[in-house]
Amino acid sequence: MTTESGAPGKMSESELIVREMQDDIEHNRIEGQYSASMHTKWMFLLAMGVVCLIAFVCSLALGSVDVPILETLKALGHMILPGVIEGPSQQYYSDIIVNSRIPRTVLCLLTGISLAAAGTIMQGLLRNPLVSPFTLGVSTAASFGAALSIVFFPAIIGAAYYETWEFLGLSMSVKNILIVILSFVFGMCSILLVLKVSKKDATRTTLVLSGVVISYLFQAGISLSQYLSDDESLRTISNWLMGGMWNATWSAVTLMIPIIILCLIYLMKTSIDINSLSAGDDIAKNVGVDVNSLRKRGLIVSTLITSTCVAFSGVIGFIGLMAPHMTRMAIGNDTRFVLPASALMGASILLFSDIVARKILYPDQLPVGIILYVIGGIFFIWMVTRKNWGSRL
Amino acid sequence: MISDISFSAESGELVSILGPNGCGKSTLIKSLCNVMRPRSGRIDIDGCDILGKTPDELAKLIGYVPQTISSAGYTTVYDLVLIGRRPYVKWNYTTEDLRIVADSMITMNVNAYMRQDVNNLSGGQRQRAFIARALAQQPAFYVFDEPTSSFDLRNQLDTMRIMKSLIERENACLIVALHDLNLAIRYSDKVIVLNDGGIYDMGTPEKVITPTMIKDVYGVKADVLEDSHGLFVRSYDDDDDRMEDRA
Repeated sequence: MTTESGAPGKMSESELIVREMQDDIEHNRIEGQYSASMHTKWMFLLAMGVVCLIAFVCSLALGSVDVPILETLKALGHMILPGVIEGPSQQYYSDIIVNSRIPRTVLCLLTGISLAAAGTIMQGLLRNPLVSPFTLGVSTAASFGAALSIVFFPAIIGAAYYETWEFLGLSMSVKNILIVILSFVFGMCSILLVLKVSKKDATRTTLVLSGVVISYLFQAGISLSQYLSDDESLRTISNWLMGGMWNATWSAVTLMIPIIILCLIYLMKTSIDINSLSAGDDIAKNVGVDVNSLRKRGLIVSTLITSTCVAFSGVIGFIGLMAPHMTRMAIGNDTRFVLPASALMGASILLFSDIVARKILYPDQLPVGIILYVIGGIFFIWMVTRKNWGSRL
Repeated sequence: MISDISFSAESGELVSILGPNGCGKSTLIKSLCNVMRPRSGRIDIDGCDILGKTPDELAKLIGYVPQTISSAGYTTVYDLVLIGRRPYVKWNYTTEDLRIVADSMITMNVNAYMRQDVNNLSGGQRQRAFIARALAQQPAFYVFDEPTSSFDLRNQLDTMRIMKSLIERENACLIVALHDLNLAIRYSDKVIVLNDGGIYDMGTPEKVITPTMIKDVYGVKADVLEDSHGLFVRSYDDDDDRMEDRA
């Protein structure tokens, strides 16, 4: 063996003491930086929560009739706690808000949350900043499933299609359940196809390209079902495909809430494992993560959460791409924080866009999907033309 | 494809795995670290077969630094090192975890850029951050796949020296795939030479690293010389041979 200068064993005692003191100082500095970064993450999460709340209230208040914010809060409070909080001064404020605006606003909120959460998870699992429910074709495939169910099921199963019943005080309908199931089945088809087409060693561009091609396939299916449908279902489908939110009913929302909450809890639980994937599959395996199973389960759950909201909101593009990306720029790549923060950001983006959609062509309403295509398209172009985009995520 | 490999590594030892490209070094290393599962055979640590252990138990036993490293965008050095604590936590990190992470960063001297994006570091800094991640795992065995390939001379020597003193201090064991025979001679306690998917020879570096081995395994003519600091390898390329012939 040759000489080894500087090994700790060869240090003099005073050198060791100095070294220890330096280490202590360094430990304190690192601790300080860590708590500062945790502080930033919590503050960002809180800020997103507040923004989302503001967006929610604004979305309830603004529309063809503008209800004052205070009256909106009163109507909302009266609905939740009828005995404690008085209703608004005008009875029709309550009618507008509770019957027509709350379902649509809650649908927007849930859709924003789901798409952003699914985008975050898909990007983390596939280590690709360009994937999202929309760019992988899941949204289009799920909407194809929903279109099939809208066009063909009434003819196949007849009156049973329109049946509704009460379940634990929530109204359920056969129609909505069928739409969700078919959306999910076709959403899964698309993700399986994408993964099949772009094999394990595919570049990130190949993955997105196959997603785009597969969404063309399902787009053809949607066009076919539009062509074959009668006047009434054609109008339903066309409005809904553009992300019109016209399918917002209490029955849809009550079906979505439990599915989305369960999926989010599951995804939050796996977020620490998804963090370990950021250093590559091999390291994730080395720290004890079953990478294949994690990827499979994560993609199934994100497809479920996507299909559930696509079934009712229609195709809303780019939320799942923009929200996670902007959140990571702000607070880094810790999925435990990126997931909830980007979900709230996605919801805020969608709620504000929906307000714009309702106001911009007043008294007509624009489907919010159109607005997001414009914003999202510009964002996507900005992302891929950025310097170094290839090394991001 | 490798078969019939049997070797033992004791704690406190630095074991180098040598061999030409494609001889199965990476395959051997990946099967040790739970990244690939061997089709048959067993790997015993402290007398029990690791293939029967749960992934979490195994993760606490073996820390791995792969040959090619990459990280997702916006991942800071701190986030990366924190991944090493994954086998010990369910969802949240304790102060003990955070102390170990800080220690690992200080040991590998990456603490100065803890909040920088790993992708913005130089090759050497990035490699050191990945080694710090393996340290945070606090395993009994460290397994590195050519960790010094992206290092300059200073970083190569520093890294080997730090790891050598670390495994002595913690009574751990380092198994490392190397290309540089001089690093192997200088730092290893034991050398394993792989060739054609099997073991060519193993033992102390003085015994194993010989002109005959280098000729057989790498197909290169070389001398193993000795000066006041110990042994070193002097290799000749084919042009040198021809010149010798002419002389």
